[in-house]
Amino acid sequence: MADTTLTPGTRRAQLAEFWFYFSENRGAVIALVVFVLVLLAAIAAPILAAHGPDVQFRDALLAKPMTDTAHGHFWLGTDAVGRDILSRLLFGARYSLFVGFFVVVLALSVGVILGLLAGWFGGWVDTVIMRVMDVILAFPSLLLALVFVAVLGPGLINAMIAIAVVYQPHFARLTRAAVMGEKNKDYVMAAQVAGAGNMRLMFITVLPNCLAPLIVQGTMSFSNAILDVAALGFLGMGAQPPTPEWGTMLSEAREFILRAWWVVTFPGLAILITVLAINLMGDGLRDALDPKLKRS
Amino acid sequence: MIRFIFGKILWLIPTLIGITIVAFGFVRVLPGDPVLLMAGERGLSPERYAELTHQLGYDRPIWVQYGEFVWRVLHGDLGDSLVTHRPVLHEFLTLFPATLELGITAMLIAIVIGVPVGVIAAIKRGSWFDQVSMTTALVGYSMPIFWWGLLLIILFSGVLHWTPVSGRISLMYYFPNGTNFMIWDAIASGQKGALTSALSHLVLPAVVLATIPLAVIARQTRSAMLEVLGEDYVRTARAKGMPPRRVIGIHALRNAMIPVITTIGLQVGMLMAGAILTETIFSWPGIGKWMVDSISRRDYPSVQGGLLMIAVIVMVVNLIVDLLYGLINPRIRHR
Repeated sequence: MADTTLTPGTRRAQLAEFWFYFSENRGAVIALVVFVLVLLAAIAAPILAAHGPDVQFRDALLAKPMTDTAHGHFWLGTDAVGRDILSRLLFGARYSLFVGFFVVVLALSVGVILGLLAGWFGGWVDTVIMRVMDVILAFPSLLLALVFVAVLGPGLINAMIAIAVVYQPHFARLTRAAVMGEKNKDYVMAAQVAGAGNMRLMFITVLPNCLAPLIVQGTMSFSNAILDVAALGFLGMGAQPPTPEWGTMLSEAREFILRAWWVVTFPGLAILITVLAINLMGDGLRDALDPKLKRS
Repeated sequence: MIRFIFGKILWLIPTLIGITIVAFGFVRVLPGDPVLLMAGERGLSPERYAELTHQLGYDRPIWVQYGEFVWRVLHGDLGDSLVTHRPVLHEFLTLFPATLELGITAMLIAIVIGVPVGVIAAIKRGSWFDQVSMTTALVGYSMPIFWWGLLLIILFSGVLHWTPVSGRISLMYYFPNGTNFMIWDAIASGQKGALTSALSHLVLPAVVLATIPLAVIARQTRSAMLEVLGEDYVRTARAKGMPPRRVIGIHALRNAMIPVITTIGLQVGMLMAGAILTETIFSWPGIGKWMVDSISRRDYPSVQGGLLMIAVIVMVVNLIVDLLYGLINPRIRHR
């Protein structure tokens, strides 16, 4: 093993150990590469895309993939109003990745704070918070998100907030369980005796030791958020046309499914590849972070 | 055991109250005047407005209104739909069999394929079967099912012409006194070709709806089975010369099924979310499509009632799963 020479405990050694276990999972490494490519595509969309996402070529409606026209080569064809699908997909990557990131950050921060409070203080604080979480979890997530969007009004931002609201109970539950497991351990007691306040104990002493399950849940929520926001877009309640969001693109393409397969196929494929890559990375993360599975 | 059941049911009461608060509060936080929203009328005169406000009870304190809402719900009154003007509960119960039929079929597909695949993948860990099936499961788990449904329509309806695109049965068949369980009605009617028609309408939506539960069940069965196969008692059973089929079928499978049953139960909520998308794609006249339509038609009493009913159903199913879990795993019961 290459990492035996490093002194254990330092951040670099931890990172090396993490990479050692992560890279053992070949699928996860391939997924990481795919994810980085999607990320680069999103960042470089204005450079990579041959056309603007909203530019319509009225003389090239529903052009088949790989067609040459007066406007250039359409690798993945055009949609019903003559927009280049590849360009739209490249710009769409920005929305999907942003959506996943935003939802996870929002759900994670709210969920972690609620979970910390519930787990640390217990008693009625715990009861109230966890009962509210139970109520949110009683509804199917997509349905509750749909209703939230109906309240807030359709749109990408509202869809993201709705999804974050329905995801955060998972983070709250995980954090609470982890905190309850940690809070009676000696190191916490020691910090308490040394005079650390509640805030310090919660956020600096206990929280870092509860991170592993949260990171795994975070990747899962990242991919689920992309799927659910695309689903809302598909139902007409997420991003509104002409936004090149992948789910919204699918929704616009629905009426052409039996005439122009490419309009439907590529946006969905983009969602599938991105979500699959994130889920595969999640599997790798779990293997690398879950000490039970480590064979050392 | 009775104590265990009672405790579980008692535990649900706060959640149930929470659900009614969400359903009740949802109309109140909508943008716009709730009276206008609930009345669904335009150009109201001030007199009519006052009358409606009184009729809907909006001139009373909010907690009285909430109490009345709960009282009405407990008596099976979920209000009337703004679109059809029929009782919401009646609409729900008329459409529910369609969703139930779709959901049960999807669940059967998911269990009948998912459990054996998971078991075989675990027994033959590392084999090509394990790798292929688990990769497929991960793809299934990552699938945007609304897209998957469209792809299947393109292939089986557009190219191969094997299945119809939408609906539950061909227009040639009509069952006036039907139960709205189409398969059952088709068999009971004895009409030639009715069952084939119903099944050909059911197969694609059911496959689409089954995709994610199938992937989850296969993955969960595999990991539960792997865990059990490493236990001492399985090794003992093997060591004393028990035939492998008996070791796996009796010793391992029974214990591996405990977490799998929980997973299956948890899929019911997922199934409802999936039904929203699947029913929309295939124009399946069930609860999922009805909810989406009600939301876009701003039929708020229907949304309110549907939300309440679905949450209660999911909760009851989870309760049943919990109880089942206690039944097959005595350790839980006595905690």
